[in-house]
Amino acid sequence: MPTTRRPGFLVYGLLSAFLLASVFPLYFSFVVASKDNSAIGDKVPPLIPGGNLFANIARVFDTVDFWLAIQNSLIIASTVAVANVLLSSLAGFAFARLRFRGRDSLFLVVVGTAMVPTQLGVIPLYMLMSELDWYGQLQAVILPALVGALGVFMMRQACEETVPHELIEAARVDGCSVLRTFFTVALPAIRPQAAVLGMLTFMTAWNDYFWPLIVLDPNDSPTVQVAVSTLASGYYTDYSLMLTGATLGVLPVIALFLLLARHIVGGIMQGAVKG
Amino acid sequence: MAAPVTDRPLRTPQQPSSRRRRWPLARVDAKFTPYLFVSPFFLIFGAFGLFPLLYTAWVSLHDWQLVDGEQGFVGLDNYTALFGDPNFYNALGNTVSMFLLSTVPQLLAALGLAALLDRGLRGRTFWRAGLLLPNVVSVVAVALVFTQIFGRDFGIVNYLLELIGLDRVNWQADSWSSHLAVSAMVMWRWTGYNALLYLAAMQSVPRELYEAATVDGASRWRMFWSITVPSIRPTILFTIVVSTIGGMQLFVEPTLFDPKGASGVGGSDRQFQTLTMYLYEKGFRLFDAGYAAAIAWVLFLVVLVFALVNFTLARRIASKG
Repeated sequence: MPTTRRPGFLVYGLLSAFLLASVFPLYFSFVVASKDNSAIGDKVPPLIPGGNLFANIARVFDTVDFWLAIQNSLIIASTVAVANVLLSSLAGFAFARLRFRGRDSLFLVVVGTAMVPTQLGVIPLYMLMSELDWYGQLQAVILPALVGALGVFMMRQACEETVPHELIEAARVDGCSVLRTFFTVALPAIRPQAAVLGMLTFMTAWNDYFWPLIVLDPNDSPTVQVAVSTLASGYYTDYSLMLTGATLGVLPVIALFLLLARHIVGGIMQGAVKG
Repeated sequence: MAAPVTDRPLRTPQQPSSRRRRWPLARVDAKFTPYLFVSPFFLIFGAFGLFPLLYTAWVSLHDWQLVDGEQGFVGLDNYTALFGDPNFYNALGNTVSMFLLSTVPQLLAALGLAALLDRGLRGRTFWRAGLLLPNVVSVVAVALVFTQIFGRDFGIVNYLLELIGLDRVNWQADSWSSHLAVSAMVMWRWTGYNALLYLAAMQSVPRELYEAATVDGASRWRMFWSITVPSIRPTILFTIVVSTIGGMQLFVEPTLFDPKGASGVGGSDRQFQTLTMYLYEKGFRLFDAGYAAAIAWVLFLVVLVFALVNFTLARRIASKG
């Protein structure tokens, strides 16, 4: 609550406590990943990193085909990110700045689709994919995720805020095609928001579990998340192995996040429904 | 774009502008390209979102095996079986319980955090990024780490409980304890995210309202409930609906909390099996696609009903405040 008084010790204390709680599980995961498995049985849970990190990483790569999983996840996440940026921007631009019949009702449909939980269609979706002989293939994960309501919504918002009507009008008068107008006027203007959307969809695709678990063969073509989860499901749970996998799977996203935190935070706050 | 206006004869549209040659298809372009731009979304959604959902209804009316295919029309048999199935009610109850346990404290905490962040802090980006950090971590990692933290023998939570003189808890064993542990995972991941959404909304509340209230001698607490919360009502409703949809579909956290992972049933006695987990069990482990499809449709209706009820309820409460 804003007042002229600067926030005091209590505010910073509370926020620090929350931050600590946010970071702790990640830190703990790293600690266990750096220990050998016997350390987990200690009376006092381990809190200081040990020296076994690289040995555990090597074990992860021995247990599952982690390289393949990383490669699969990278292919899926980057294709999905690029497609989302492009297709959402196209649609968002049309909804924000072009005139066509049925625009408003079509946009309502877009917003409405966000209410349809995709998980509920998994059974026919699975049938469809096996009918197409796509079981175990990456396109089965990629295609359904190419574009989503959230992206269209975000990019429409971005166009409304940053693409000037006058520039579009000018391009039109100059005989620019709509597609060229999009690429020369709209896309450069919404580049920051588009980059944020790209990162968010990359992370979502990288972190997805349910659908890849169903449609990819866990033994043959897993994503990182599926591979990590198989580390956890043996008869005898090898905690340090499991959390080493978890740490490895999280690292790329954390790195990306730390690098771009300012923009991502801004993007999420901008996409919010404002009061 | 101020081209010098000389004499302007009435031109028919076919005549090209003197300034620049106009593309002959410009009119067609302007009329149809917008549809081209929005069509990928509708194609993708139609093929991989709407069609499966509708087809699910068709599958649910059949005895349909995932491997062997359709075995004949059975009408509403799958649904009648479902409504007499104790496992279904168990899963429904678990889902609702975990949804409430995670969402209510989560949104309240997010409100409080956002209020703290809305007070001219030093190092704003740092605090905001810290809040969001859990949200970028994969659910799989969250579930695995928390399962370890809530471990029976070596978990930190039990260690702390013992430290303050309480008994250890076998977190996976009972429904209340497993629901608490799963809810903790959900809360950890989403509280900061919701706080950011609230913060965004709070920042567009006119500052004059607070100034006037300060002059009137209102307390901080009073201002929060009488100005801030009513002002950000749309965002609160939005987060409630989104949390409902997410909460009703809870899958990864409870699945990985089960030592058997995706081949388990949510604890030895299904004490934390959710509806989506039950759907997965029926559809993809027992291959009963027809039955799973019936679960899917009932789940869809439950999501809709809950979203609607929560929306109405929250709107009423917020407008009283």
